[in-house]
Amino acid sequence: MSHRLRVNPVTCEAHGVCAELFPERIAADPWGYPIIAPQPVPDELLGHARRAVAGCPTLALLLDRLD
Amino acid sequence: MSITGAPARGGQSRPPRQLPRLIQPGGPLPLAGHLSRYGPVPLPGDGAALIAEAGRAGLAGRGGAGFPAARKMRAVAAAVAGRGHGLLRTARGGVLVANGVESEPASGKDKMLLDRSPHLVLDGIALAAAAVGASRAYLCLHAGYPGLAGQLRAAVAERESAGISPVGVQVTEVPGGYVASQETALISFLNGGPQRPAFVLPRPFERGVRGRPTLVQNVETLAHLALIARYGAAWFRELGPPQSAGSALITVSGTVREPSVQEIELGTRIGDLLERAGGPAEPPQAVLAGGYFGGWLPYPAALNIRMTDADLRAAGAALGPGVLILLPESACGLAETARTIGYLAGQSAGQCGPCLNGLPALATAFDEVAFGRPDGDTLGWARQLLTLVAGRGACHLPDGTAALAASALRVFGHDLRRHAASGPCPQAWRQPVLPEPADSGAAP
Repeated sequence: MSHRLRVNPVTCEAHGVCAELFPERIAADPWGYPIIAPQPVPDELLGHARRAVAGCPTLALLLDRLD
Repeated sequence: MSITGAPARGGQSRPPRQLPRLIQPGGPLPLAGHLSRYGPVPLPGDGAALIAEAGRAGLAGRGGAGFPAARKMRAVAAAVAGRGHGLLRTARGGVLVANGVESEPASGKDKMLLDRSPHLVLDGIALAAAAVGASRAYLCLHAGYPGLAGQLRAAVAERESAGISPVGVQVTEVPGGYVASQETALISFLNGGPQRPAFVLPRPFERGVRGRPTLVQNVETLAHLALIARYGAAWFRELGPPQSAGSALITVSGTVREPSVQEIELGTRIGDLLERAGGPAEPPQAVLAGGYFGGWLPYPAALNIRMTDADLRAAGAALGPGVLILLPESACGLAETARTIGYLAGQSAGQCGPCLNGLPALATAFDEVAFGRPDGDTLGWARQLLTLVAGRGACHLPDGTAALAASALRVFGHDLRRHAASGPCPQAWRQPVLPEPADSGAAP
């Protein structure tokens, strides 16, 4: 069971929390907006991904289950 | 209804075996003439059968994205029937939005179709509404064409008084710039909101205009549907290759002798299409195919490429909304592209950070490429920006702009090296070939 991260580009305000909390999959672009690695999030990194999702001040980071 | 390959009941003239299908020579036909040419509108007793026929025809959307029309219709029909997931159940009818907004600056085919074959589009609206269970329809065109809007309102009234108007059609003029005709921005406008593309659910087929399941279909797609309903899928497939069936309206401009809207069989060679527009008016150097989300193709290699989305994509362009611009040797492809990127950057709705920041940065870098003396750093930054902005907005404005920019760096490589070595060419300052409407600001 793997998961996929997405960002809602409309609500994202480049706080940068997600890139801090989950550098394994999220980098910041030159303006501070997240660049999300395309590969799925494996189970062993799921805890980090969930922390990043919970830490976003605008709730712009989304974690979908891939069935 | 008749949706077999045989002509529908009603004794209309035989289906056209060759072009044109959509726009007949001469002026627009009044309703009576239209009905005697094409026969009555074969309203489906069974909507699913008409949708299936559109599916067998392989009708792809003609608004730019090329999405299969039947799949969209099936999704809306299911939502209207309440066969969707629990929350989507609805007892009310759906909404049909006929999209003729055509905000692509170099495109004129939807306006021409609405001007010359209004009743074919209105037939398509009646048929699509019946097929998906829509109880209300909007026919949207760009604001600024009051004459055309008046003609269309008159055509709607003509059908109402003839008693062949199964669904109310409201002709709606839509202001705004490049993203105004994007599906979710258009729905937001019809709901009284800002003309901005949406990222989050619900999608239009679930809840669109007034919260109802909404089918957004380009006006040319609807006109094709009006013919498929009468003559069948097999007839539609008499033109075009199997994967890209039918005919399409293409707006041809730039350095051709007769800038015009041409109805072509899909799969036609670019060279043959240019000949139909009178051929080159002066020596050409490149072709822009697919509009501002398309790509540049080098001349004369472009002449043998066929007008299907697959062929054009393989060559680095796209079919898009059917736009072809022939660029003369006397212009600078980098300068044309730089101006267009500047225009597109100004069209950002300002919602998404990578677009809001990235497109102006790309425009600045391209200005240096076109009108300055770009060094390796500028070029490297421009190339980096292409990958940085692509796929990171709520709509395709950043992706489309990046694709256009990438194709310019590919096709105008020799100009790039010349600009880097000795500065811009004098052609950079000539009268622009690519149109850039001054009156259409960014969406509010």
